[in-house]
Amino acid sequence: MSGQSAATLRRESAASPLIKRVLSWGRYPKTAHHKVHKPAWNDQLPDILRDAAPGSLLPYGLGRSYGDSCLNAGRELIDCRRLNRILGFDESTGMVRCEGGVSLSDIIDVFLPKGWFLPVTPGTRFVTIGGAIANDVHGKNHHCAGTFGAHVRQIGLHRSNDGLVICNADENPDMLRATTGGLGLTGVVAWADIQLKRMAGPWIDAESIPFQSLNAFLDLSRDSNDRFEYTVAWLDCFAGKNPRGIFFRGNHAADHGKEFHPQRGPRLPFALPAWLLNRYSAKAFNTAYYRIHAAKKGAAVVPYDSFFYPLDSIRQWNLLYGRQGFLQYQCVIPEANLEAFEELLDRIAASGMGSFLGVLKQFGSAPPAGMLSFPRPGLTIALDFAMRGERTLKLMQSLDEIVQQSGGALYPAKDARMSPALFEASFPLWRDFVPYIDPKMSSSFWRRVTGAQ
Amino acid sequence: MTLTAHPTTSLPAVTPAPAMKRIIILGATSSIALEVQRQLAYQGCELLLVARSPQRLAELQVDLVVRGAQQVLTYCADLATIRQHAAVFEFARHSFPGFDTVLLAYGSMHNQKESEGSVDVLLEELRVNFVSATAILTPFAADLERRRTGCVAAITSVAGDRGRRSNYVYGSAKGALSLFLQGLRSRLHPAGVRVITIKPGPVQTAMTDHLPNSARFADPEQVARDIVGALERRSPDVLYTPRVWRYIMTAVQQIPETIFKRLSF
Repeated sequence: MSGQSAATLRRESAASPLIKRVLSWGRYPKTAHHKVHKPAWNDQLPDILRDAAPGSLLPYGLGRSYGDSCLNAGRELIDCRRLNRILGFDESTGMVRCEGGVSLSDIIDVFLPKGWFLPVTPGTRFVTIGGAIANDVHGKNHHCAGTFGAHVRQIGLHRSNDGLVICNADENPDMLRATTGGLGLTGVVAWADIQLKRMAGPWIDAESIPFQSLNAFLDLSRDSNDRFEYTVAWLDCFAGKNPRGIFFRGNHAADHGKEFHPQRGPRLPFALPAWLLNRYSAKAFNTAYYRIHAAKKGAAVVPYDSFFYPLDSIRQWNLLYGRQGFLQYQCVIPEANLEAFEELLDRIAASGMGSFLGVLKQFGSAPPAGMLSFPRPGLTIALDFAMRGERTLKLMQSLDEIVQQSGGALYPAKDARMSPALFEASFPLWRDFVPYIDPKMSSSFWRRVTGAQ
Repeated sequence: MTLTAHPTTSLPAVTPAPAMKRIIILGATSSIALEVQRQLAYQGCELLLVARSPQRLAELQVDLVVRGAQQVLTYCADLATIRQHAAVFEFARHSFPGFDTVLLAYGSMHNQKESEGSVDVLLEELRVNFVSATAILTPFAADLERRRTGCVAAITSVAGDRGRRSNYVYGSAKGALSLFLQGLRSRLHPAGVRVITIKPGPVQTAMTDHLPNSARFADPEQVARDIVGALERRSPDVLYTPRVWRYIMTAVQQIPETIFKRLSF
């Protein structure tokens, strides 16, 4: 083998101005990168970190952040997907140590047959452990389990100036809190210890209930949060302040021996023409979705993958929005300001620009696991908007005003355009986070919202 | 809406494949080997991994055991150094007896231009990809022949099917290895030992990251699936992966030399 000469070659090619186009999940903005490092082993990280210029690097996982928080335009990325080994597992406790590039999908495939499941999972299984930590992701069980970061016991963090830093409740607890939700800026997650949870089998006792107003949703949510581990709602965003929607709730089902077949979905091969997704087709989809689910309301035992990851069944669904891509808007608004939330829904409905992915959830009151964690008590809504230039951005700005006035916040993992003022309002502690940033790290998002160089 | 079927990763198979049980991987930390080992682990195989870095081998060992491998042994050796080969073979014979498959997965690809200017680089390229490969395979082949069982598989390359201006040193080493395997196959056939020549097209690996267009190269996971499939079945003798490369290389081999010598790829 000639690893050394190959390494020499890679270093030489670094000198040439290779432009690598790397996109986030929203496919907006379109950015070029100077270089993408692809380490396959943790022992390669110190060299990459040492050789880089200040502010030039950002770890990148499966690129499921929607906007620019996983991008580093004009600079370099460390693609961590090859750092995907499981480094240890304690069968008696369910504690797993894995490298930062291991995907949640991989964790499920390996540990579900052993009777363990993710303590918290977002709406897609195609994110890395490093990404789940960096965005302190949440899921349908936020009201009882908190965020992903609450289940991370320990992190081994590669930093350019002080090597591998072990972070846990006793050692470097501040660095653990900074790295959780730290947008990849504090260093590269070499490995993390995650506490998995026991799960009887791949089945969920699920229930779907139609609702026709925001208050009806809140009643359902409050009533369900004590009894159901998972709650979330889909919302017809064309309906305005009295939205109709479907409330989903569920618990893990006892294993009843039914044969389980993982879902195998189709894949979108290329970006669809932008005109396919217009206000009429989106409206028709929402109506159909509501009617179908309202008609089959009630309880059912469903496989975990269709309950947690309905969208994963269509690979590359982000291509639905055409070549210009799309923006997602996810905010949280305190429940005391319900009128503000209604106003937000009104503006979205009036714009006619919403699409079919309106997701509504009542966050729990767990204290944030990280300095820049997004989830906080209140109502959160996530909505997609096809990128149609200025008018899309204008609508989102007008939504920003409501969020800011109501004391709410916007989710960096979904954002490609929030103003520095809204970021400051959403994360008033961000200046306390700055000392923990690795001097070699930066991101498009961070430069945009803080003016950092 | 055009939708194409796409195979998704499924839950690991629960039943171990009976056909192969004890597999030796020479060059266990190469990109393609990593994917092959993972899929073999899901099937509950026993593995002996040979590579240079003790730390990387230790990480791999844990990973593959958690993923389902029955047993994972490791042995540290630099396979490009032929005098270390005897120890590798002895370790396999004593600590991993009854192995039934040997997969050679290491290789190197220098910059072609370097080997045009330096005989040292040229010889190193031939030594790693051809000379050392034939040297390490020889004792293993003899052992399997004596036991009249098993399978020898080696990763060569489509680059070995025709000498190209841009990559003929690597290509000639891999092409020579393919010829060696062809002869070995014929020799071992009476003993019932299979020899598989694996010819991947360009794959996204650490070896090719620096090449232009590497983002369009084949996914190592797909290539590994083809390799594991070939190890399980009785055919083919020569595996092109992804399969389209069989047809591409058939066409490339038809181009007359008088035209081919003018092509710059």
